[in-house]
Amino acid sequence: MRLQLYLDIKSEKTENKNTIMNDTKVEVNNLSLYYGTNLALKNISMNISEKQVTAFIGPSGCGKSTFLRTLNRMNDLIDNVTIKGDVLIDNINIYDKNIDVVDLRKKVGMIFQKSNPFAKSVYENIAFGPRINGINQKSKLDEIVEVSLRQAAIWDEVKDRLFNSALSLSGGQQQRICIARTLAVNPEIILMDEPASALDPISTAKIEELIHELKTRYTIIIVTHNMQQAARTSDYTAFFYMGNLVEMNKTEKIFSNPAKRQTEDYISGRFG
Amino acid sequence: MNRNIKDTIVESLTGVSVLLIIFIIVSILAVTIAGGWPNLNWSFLSEFPRDGMTKGGIFPAIIGTAIMTLIMAVAAVPFGVVTAVYLAEYANEKSWFAKTIRFAVKTLAVVPSIIFGLFGLGFFIGFVGKNMDGLLNGGELKWGQPNILWASLTMALLTLPVVIVAVEEAIRTIPREMREASLALGATKWQTIKKVVLPGSVSGILTGTILAVSRGAGEVAPILFTGAAYFLSDLPHSLSDQFMSLGYHIYIMSTQSSDVDATLPIQFATTLVLLLLTFSLNAIAVVLRYKIRKNRK
Repeated sequence: MRLQLYLDIKSEKTENKNTIMNDTKVEVNNLSLYYGTNLALKNISMNISEKQVTAFIGPSGCGKSTFLRTLNRMNDLIDNVTIKGDVLIDNINIYDKNIDVVDLRKKVGMIFQKSNPFAKSVYENIAFGPRINGINQKSKLDEIVEVSLRQAAIWDEVKDRLFNSALSLSGGQQQRICIARTLAVNPEIILMDEPASALDPISTAKIEELIHELKTRYTIIIVTHNMQQAARTSDYTAFFYMGNLVEMNKTEKIFSNPAKRQTEDYISGRFG
Repeated sequence: MNRNIKDTIVESLTGVSVLLIIFIIVSILAVTIAGGWPNLNWSFLSEFPRDGMTKGGIFPAIIGTAIMTLIMAVAAVPFGVVTAVYLAEYANEKSWFAKTIRFAVKTLAVVPSIIFGLFGLGFFIGFVGKNMDGLLNGGELKWGQPNILWASLTMALLTLPVVIVAVEEAIRTIPREMREASLALGATKWQTIKKVVLPGSVSGILTGTILAVSRGAGEVAPILFTGAAYFLSDLPHSLSDQFMSLGYHIYIMSTQSSDVDATLPIQFATTLVLLLLTFSLNAIAVVLRYKIRKNRK
């Protein structure tokens, strides 16, 4: 698939000059994933642009979350998973034998569906990543904690209770703590697996606003069930169905004029 | 026969069984408390036995039991935690190695305690201790005989399955999301275990420790040949000393004493002390375990 190329050429003709500047951050070539003998992802290829938001949509079980987890090798944790094909991040194949998964995951952070702060204080949650990287100097940690919380737009809400348990916060706040915790290890790519699916509309709006701010510095890939959310937050959208990548394009194109019938059926609510 | 009559019979039988159990528990408690309580006082707890062990207190048996269970815990808990971490975090459930360990742990849990005693005698005293004497003391007898170290280590083997099971259960209650959160931040598996899994399992480790201590405090058979003494005029000062223990004290008071009737009050009071000790330890473990289960949601 050479959609990105197609898009770049096409966008040159349009007024949107920004997309010409987009560099490919992640390049996936012919990726297939098996659970045992069961083929869960079928020969997927795509390019993901740097400092843009890319949304993965599709019905439950279509493989979008599984695919997301191939990008930081989270599927390594599951027994019986076999992966074929390449995932290149900054032109380096992350499935190469001499790739250190630990380094990869520092570069490719992840936010989960269910907010999962540790049963520690807000401060210790944010300091977790820096600490495991050997940063123990208090002034340095203080700085990282504050900067990360500010970037996650939650500093004002928690600055007076940094040493309270993160579990005492609301669900939406906990999810932003998790985002701040990821930012504290200074990733380049942030994977978000339905980050707002368990949140109320106001908290969801805050997360979406945050995604918008974060994309100036990070490449963001978000899996979502919510098509309005994909439309609101993303620059590119990929539609998955039964382990296939059906279509990927600029978000406005996918939602206004999809190329494939299946995509149109899904976004118009005919199934899924 | 009429179905209703059958039902009534079954109900009565189950009811009678339950009543019987309650009756047994209550009788044990009632007899022990009635016989032991009047004799339980500070001097009984703080004095050495006197007059051919027909008078005086059980101070050395309390201290001996405490030291023995302490050494036992120091040996069994780290070993058990490490094993539980391996089983819960590293072992591939389907591998023959993990299956073998599991089988060994289960078997260890059902081995009669007297066998542990014999094993301790043969292994720790007859093999380890004897060789230590040969290597360290030029053959002079020091470690090749029963002492508090060998008794504690024998007891540690007996209580090891208790620790492993409790800790593994606690480790498995740590949600997968917590491990993933840590790994996704670039933590190694060991960092995840050290900073997320083990801190979250503290109450399980504590439960296992308490259950092990309560089991170890009450057992007699494993220490029979490995270190418990009939009577000592002094407390143990070194690991190579023998010790007195509560359970063993009850046994010798009721079977080996020169005047069994005269020691009856001492027997009751010692039994009461041992019961109170193990009951309260178990109660703490039950409360902790309840808290873990509640955290699991």
